[in-house]
Amino acid sequence: MKISPEEVAKVAGLARLDLSDDKIELFSGQLDDILNYMDKLGELDTSDVEPMYSPVEHTTVLRADEPRKDYSRDEVLSNAPEQDGAFFIVPRIV
Amino acid sequence: MSDMHSMTLSEIAAKLQSREISVEYVVQSCLDRIESTEPRVGALLSVQAEEALARAHAMDQSGPEADKPLWGVPMVLKDLLTTKGVPTTCASKILENFVPFYDATVVERLRDAGAVLLGKANMDEFAMGSSTENSAFKKTANPWDPERVPGGSSGGSGATVAACQCYGALGTDTGGSIRLPASFCGVVGLKPTYGRVSRFGMVAYGSSLDQIGPMTRSVEDAARVLQIIAGHDPKDSTSVNCEVPDYCAALGKEDLSGVRIGLPEEYWGEGLAPEVETACREAIAKAESLGAQTVPVKLSLTDYAIATYYIIAMAEASSNLSRFDGVRYGYRNKEADELIDMYTRSRTEGFGDEVQRRIIMGAYVLSSGYYDAYYRKAAQVRRLIRKDFEQAFEQCDVIAGPVCPTTAFRSGEKADPLQMYLMDIFTISLNLAGLPGMSLPVGLGSESQMPVGLQLMGPAFSEERLLSVADTLERALPPMPVPEM
Repeated sequence: MKISPEEVAKVAGLARLDLSDDKIELFSGQLDDILNYMDKLGELDTSDVEPMYSPVEHTTVLRADEPRKDYSRDEVLSNAPEQDGAFFIVPRIV
Repeated sequence: MSDMHSMTLSEIAAKLQSREISVEYVVQSCLDRIESTEPRVGALLSVQAEEALARAHAMDQSGPEADKPLWGVPMVLKDLLTTKGVPTTCASKILENFVPFYDATVVERLRDAGAVLLGKANMDEFAMGSSTENSAFKKTANPWDPERVPGGSSGGSGATVAACQCYGALGTDTGGSIRLPASFCGVVGLKPTYGRVSRFGMVAYGSSLDQIGPMTRSVEDAARVLQIIAGHDPKDSTSVNCEVPDYCAALGKEDLSGVRIGLPEEYWGEGLAPEVETACREAIAKAESLGAQTVPVKLSLTDYAIATYYIIAMAEASSNLSRFDGVRYGYRNKEADELIDMYTRSRTEGFGDEVQRRIIMGAYVLSSGYYDAYYRKAAQVRRLIRKDFEQAFEQCDVIAGPVCPTTAFRSGEKADPLQMYLMDIFTISLNLAGLPGMSLPVGLGSESQMPVGLQLMGPAFSEERLLSVADTLERALPPMPVPEM
């Protein structure tokens, strides 16, 4: 068993997901199968291989740090579930 | 004009430019076609009929513009491309009410080229799936057989083109999501080189894998659409700043002499449905009769591609989907009276099962104890897979193989997630390597009578040659029928 129901519940909690016991049970079985399948990568010797994180390498993603206004406040707030015309509203934190 | 629906994009664009027919007439006839076929196909999540007709009317008033190659042509977009003022849901409850205030770069480019956008196509939720059964809103049926899936995750885009509801659609391909539905629905689907097309305004799933591309009824159509959407975009730091060739100029060649087609033994061996193998081999024989030379090549890491892909894709997905927290957009649970609880309840209620599964899996492979064993390892194998392709392309110009081991399967047939992931065996390596590939319909399987797609793959930025080879082959093969509906 590579991943236990307890581990699934823990990782789900960290990812801000609250799973029912049934789903935890189902997912842990499925994730276990998937992880076992993924273990086949262990057959390959990659000790001297530089990881490749993107097909577009050696590019700089930096640009000049200049403030600009592409969108209006109203536009940015337009999809918020709760807002007051100036800010996003969230449940009380303190 | 009863055959108008099955015309290609290039044909209808020419008729519109010459004013042989009006934009309003073409748009209305597509809307009528949508109305009559949607109950059976379910390809679309929304239709912007009024806007499309109003635009058509205005265009007819002002007249054709020769510098707009898609002037008046009705098209459909996968519902993860942001469209100003139009819902963009990613087929997820969490984005059910999301109305972007900006266009994706590809959408902007299509509009600028004169395309009339008719609607948004169904898909697997957040592009996670190979069958379009994972949409939160509805299932799309394959226009060839409603019992079967259209493939995924751009299944709505494939089905809307196959059902002749529009003249072309955009899909996105993270692990085969353009090529697989193109193959299952019998249309042309092109996944460009990573970086060829801007991803700005595409809701990200696996950022280092995702690429937007056309789904059309002919190779020429795919070339025309790629011509418009390709090119550097300063808004996307992964878009590559290099010249875009004239894709249409590469078409119309009469033979394939001088073209070396690599046949990887890993793609043509065991596990391939006989009807798929037969249809693909016949197409290769046709290519040979047109002068192409076939050479055996090796892609020896094919067996490792699925494990590599799912580690990387899930890791990137878990990171990308962390932005959905119910604060700035998307679904929010209203009962929670505390912040973390609000995040958790919103995400739990908003995301479907497959998305949750991948988030958890992605978070797990990125966690400190497992990062090296899974994510780093997969990134290393990814480099080896790219080298595998580079070596193969030393011996050939294009690589050919099937898109999928089978034709479209029946809805509900692949209930186990791992079984579903295995459908991507022939498409996934290409995304890991960032290379271009396409699915060309080569006929119907003798047993299932469902479409079969031949996959053509090339080195980075070789779309020109891929389209050229596919075009020559397409014109030599019997014309692909249109599904009866």
